[in-house]
Amino acid sequence: MDYNSILNPTVVGIKPSGIRKFFDIAEEMEDVISLGVGEPDFLTPFHIRRAGIESLEEGKTRYTSNWGLKELRSEIAKYMERKYQLTYDPADEILVTVGGSEAIDGAIRALVQPGDEVLIVQPSFVCYEPITRLAGGVPVILETKAEDDFRLTPEALAAKITPKTKALILPFPCNPTGAVMRRQHLEAIAQVLRGTDVMVISDEIYAELTYGDVRHVSIASIEGMQERTVVIGGFSKTYSMTGWRLGYACGPAPILQQMTKIHQFAIMSAPTTSQYAAIEALRNGDGDIRKMAEEYDMRRRYIVDGFNKLGLSCFEPEGAFYCFPCIKSTGLSSEAFCEKLLYDERVAIVPGNAFGDSGEGFVRVSYCYSLKHLQQALGRIARFLEKL
Amino acid sequence: MEVNYKLLNLLSEHARYSDRELAVMLGMTEEEVKRQIAEMENEGVIRVYKAVVDWERTDRPYVSAIIELKVIPQPDSGFEDVARRIMKFDEVESVYLMSGGYDLCVIVTGKTFQEVSMFVAKRLATMAEVTSTATHFVLRRYKELNVQLCDTESDDRGTMSL
Repeated sequence: MDYNSILNPTVVGIKPSGIRKFFDIAEEMEDVISLGVGEPDFLTPFHIRRAGIESLEEGKTRYTSNWGLKELRSEIAKYMERKYQLTYDPADEILVTVGGSEAIDGAIRALVQPGDEVLIVQPSFVCYEPITRLAGGVPVILETKAEDDFRLTPEALAAKITPKTKALILPFPCNPTGAVMRRQHLEAIAQVLRGTDVMVISDEIYAELTYGDVRHVSIASIEGMQERTVVIGGFSKTYSMTGWRLGYACGPAPILQQMTKIHQFAIMSAPTTSQYAAIEALRNGDGDIRKMAEEYDMRRRYIVDGFNKLGLSCFEPEGAFYCFPCIKSTGLSSEAFCEKLLYDERVAIVPGNAFGDSGEGFVRVSYCYSLKHLQQALGRIARFLEKL
Repeated sequence: MEVNYKLLNLLSEHARYSDRELAVMLGMTEEEVKRQIAEMENEGVIRVYKAVVDWERTDRPYVSAIIELKVIPQPDSGFEDVARRIMKFDEVESVYLMSGGYDLCVIVTGKTFQEVSMFVAKRLATMAEVTSTATHFVLRRYKELNVQLCDTESDDRGTMSL
């Protein structure tokens, strides 16, 4: 059969990022020290795992409500109130999803019609562009720059808004740059958006991982923004629960109702065991978050200092668990740098252009690793640079 | 003296960080790190820096045992004098006063089972205050001082993800 004539050309047209090949090589190679993964090295705290196990022992093995367990939604509502001063009604403003990813997909599909433009801040996580295309939308890239600390500026935003603009995807704290939008930066963005019908899909999956005295601020908490924002959150990064596949969306009821319709047909309900574990996480997990964030913070200082000392200037990340050093001084492209580093010294990191063209000239380094591991990797990178 | 617990945690995980590395991680100056460490050393909060060795990976034979001792407490000193006498032996790695079924827990190390048994029979069992000993040899070490010894830790996250 000629599958190419059968398959949806939009799907076929989504380029399987060139990075895949590089990843496959790295996975095959022996003795690699990786700084390449985007998930916590910590295990899910024991009391949270225990809650999942107990729910299984009690036989809680059926579907939940399409929206997610009521108890969980009300804990999410309390959490949003306690941390970000945001009030959501658990009845029809909170949807529990299969990871933050499903919530992003649902939000885009609920909003975007063919031809609608979706503003995507880059460098950023890789899912926004393909999901937009699948919905028939037109991705419009907003490039952030090192000189702006990789923040979205109101000027850059205003320049790209057209009558066709449907939504802005705001991914802060940002994977891969570690950039954070503080209150004053969000105020400026809100200023541009308030007079428009542009919806914000705010991917706040890294909200709990901000460092120093910088606490995460949600754009939904800025005056006039809650009614035009869908906040995406999740348990993966916050509680080291990546494999549990659990996230959520909070936003205006008319949007969440439509998202829940999509969710109902595509998913039915998020994994039940994970939902019970998540209730425990929200009730008794604040201490775990603090402990893990403190550990990440030490690693962050260590790795940023390490790169700066090696002469690869590194913008000070204020959130997530990545740093994004600039490698332009080596004269190599991001991909060439990463490939050479992998072959010469067996250190695996991700080329910045994997996160959008504007990531060219940078590399993403994850610090979801023990300090000892970071120390070893930095040693190898130092040797690599000397020989370059 | 004010104890810097974050500094202490880092050193208790890995004693060989340089002062500079510690300073960077904790957001302190190198001088301040030096000063605090010196103070904790002087005050005896930090006793010593040692390596955790996996002797099984060397050619040197290594045996250790946990000895449960029942002891007749002495007037005034209780278990104190006996414990202090026991801790002086080079063969003794640790001595703890215990709650529960016995009084002193003594960890003894040596080159052979024979050597450790003889030490217990000749030095510990013969003490006047010691009424009984029970020797438990360690057969396999899985984890010691928070360090996993039994196999190398593997990362099930793979090498790359976005």
